[in-house]
Amino acid sequence: MTGKRSRLFSAYGWFVLVFLYLPIIVLMLYSFNQSRINAVWTGFTWKWYLSLLENRHAMEALANSLTIAAWSSLLATLLGTLAALALHRYAAGVKAVLNGLIYLPIIIPDILMGLSLLVLFSQIGMSLGKLTMIAAHVTFGISFVVVIISARLAGMGNELEEAAQDLGASPWQTFRHVTLPVIAPGVVASLLLTFTMSLDDFVISFFVAGPNSTTLPLYIYGLVKRGVSPEVNALSTLMIAVTILLLVAAEVFRRKGMEKEPGNSLIM
Amino acid sequence: MKTIIQLHEVEKQFGQQTVIPPLSLAIAEGEFLTLLGPSGCGKTTLLRMIAGFEQPTSGEILLDGQPISQVPPYKRDMNMVFQHYALFPHMTVEENILFGLKMKKVPAAEQQHRLEEVLQLTRLGELRRRMPRQLSGGQQQRVAIARAIINNPKVLLLDEPLGALDYQLRKNLQLELKNLQKNLGITFIYVTHDQEEAMAMSDRIAVMNRGVIEQLGTPQEIYLRPKSLFVATFIGENNLFRHRDAILAVRPEKVKVYKMASGGEQPRRTGRIADIVFLGSLRKIFIQLEAEETTVLAHENGDADPVWQIGERVGLGWAAEDEVTLPC
Repeated sequence: MTGKRSRLFSAYGWFVLVFLYLPIIVLMLYSFNQSRINAVWTGFTWKWYLSLLENRHAMEALANSLTIAAWSSLLATLLGTLAALALHRYAAGVKAVLNGLIYLPIIIPDILMGLSLLVLFSQIGMSLGKLTMIAAHVTFGISFVVVIISARLAGMGNELEEAAQDLGASPWQTFRHVTLPVIAPGVVASLLLTFTMSLDDFVISFFVAGPNSTTLPLYIYGLVKRGVSPEVNALSTLMIAVTILLLVAAEVFRRKGMEKEPGNSLIM
Repeated sequence: MKTIIQLHEVEKQFGQQTVIPPLSLAIAEGEFLTLLGPSGCGKTTLLRMIAGFEQPTSGEILLDGQPISQVPPYKRDMNMVFQHYALFPHMTVEENILFGLKMKKVPAAEQQHRLEEVLQLTRLGELRRRMPRQLSGGQQQRVAIARAIINNPKVLLLDEPLGALDYQLRKNLQLELKNLQKNLGITFIYVTHDQEEAMAMSDRIAVMNRGVIEQLGTPQEIYLRPKSLFVATFIGENNLFRHRDAILAVRPEKVKVYKMASGGEQPRRTGRIADIVFLGSLRKIFIQLEAEETTVLAHENGDADPVWQIGERVGLGWAAEDEVTLPC
């Protein structure tokens, strides 16, 4: 009875995994397909990846993506870390309200964020371009940074900082020699995570991108309108690979030094 | 003797709640003073006010005659050993111990000299390159102490430093701490809820209950002459008898159990043996009184022949000087 049931459960589990990953795997496979038509497998090739390298528009989109991701992850991590440090010192009542407000962007639909940012930028007369893209990506990135850094600060507690002060460290020395090194893995994880999120964002970027700030997801969307080519598959495969790599690195850093608190995995 | 710390009418409120009503206490230089009490009695809050992590709502704290209420913790000439040690996880044992001297920019040569001295004293020499997570609880505790005493503080504050260790290790470290304190001559203010620990180490004990020091005295005074019902019951075991408007307390080791048939001496109370528990060095005898709804506990040497039967009717007696009269 129980054996039958557990087999049923494991079959269901496999079904869910296939459901989730089959489309992605098919997409990756066809990026190595010789045929220009997605439906038939005719043999293995690297040529789509090579032609991608020679494609000026694709390379420009890649450069845009990297610039925007670098700046927005740096700014979001800096601002988010400072916000988390401030929240850590607030009294419980104020903290709950501020926390709620900071976490809200995580659950607000992207399309609303994008639309509201577009309205804001046009109201204040900012022309759309890299700057508006960076501002938008910083806006949604901060929330995630605050979540990560706050968790580390909560895990650290007050005792370490008190011990430092007790041993004669001024508030700045305490931050420099104790607080910062202890939250450092969280800061690195935040950088990697916000970089990835900026790299992958489509919906918000769609609203606030200008003519010279087309990122990879926007470029892929533009290509798809003219039919899904193996080049698109190749580009998507590369993006998936980079994203997975960065997320794994972020998770490794986030967990570093947190071994004492099990069950802390980041569910997103 | 010189007073090193003087608490003058120190009061602490959290919001509307008074945790410590105005309290005064003088601590002598070089003494081992323990703040003893159940959890929530305000002993840790008192210690944290002395350290500077909490501000008194009113009153003043003097260190060596100087008011320090407005002095931040990092400028106070005392150090604290935290309950969970609070070792810096990203530094080696050596870096942890040197932290205080580095922050105060003590010359490197003197840092090294004092480091060697302290490593020797705490027997941590071999562990100097380890990270805190590679140490056992007892070793971490020694690092926490080394990190504090390397600064030559006027006063060392200890917040239940043995609380997280197992029983045997705690016993050994109690003696070590006591010896360390004697050798260094530093004033120790020690917080614990463990009355045995307090008795074993302290010069004086301040028994605290609900933010109030119920009694301040040597371990002998506290044990033999408790001044309140709380002290009489919190420290060790005690038998309580109602006597007109007061309560009489008699320690179990002072209670004698007689056979009823033996005659002669008139027993103070009579009762029946309810239970006998053998604990090695002593035997605990529980006697249910006939006239009162009270169970009396008497101690007997563990190596005495077991002569008592459960249910047996016995007489109880004690010397008049072993009675302590307490206000209700």
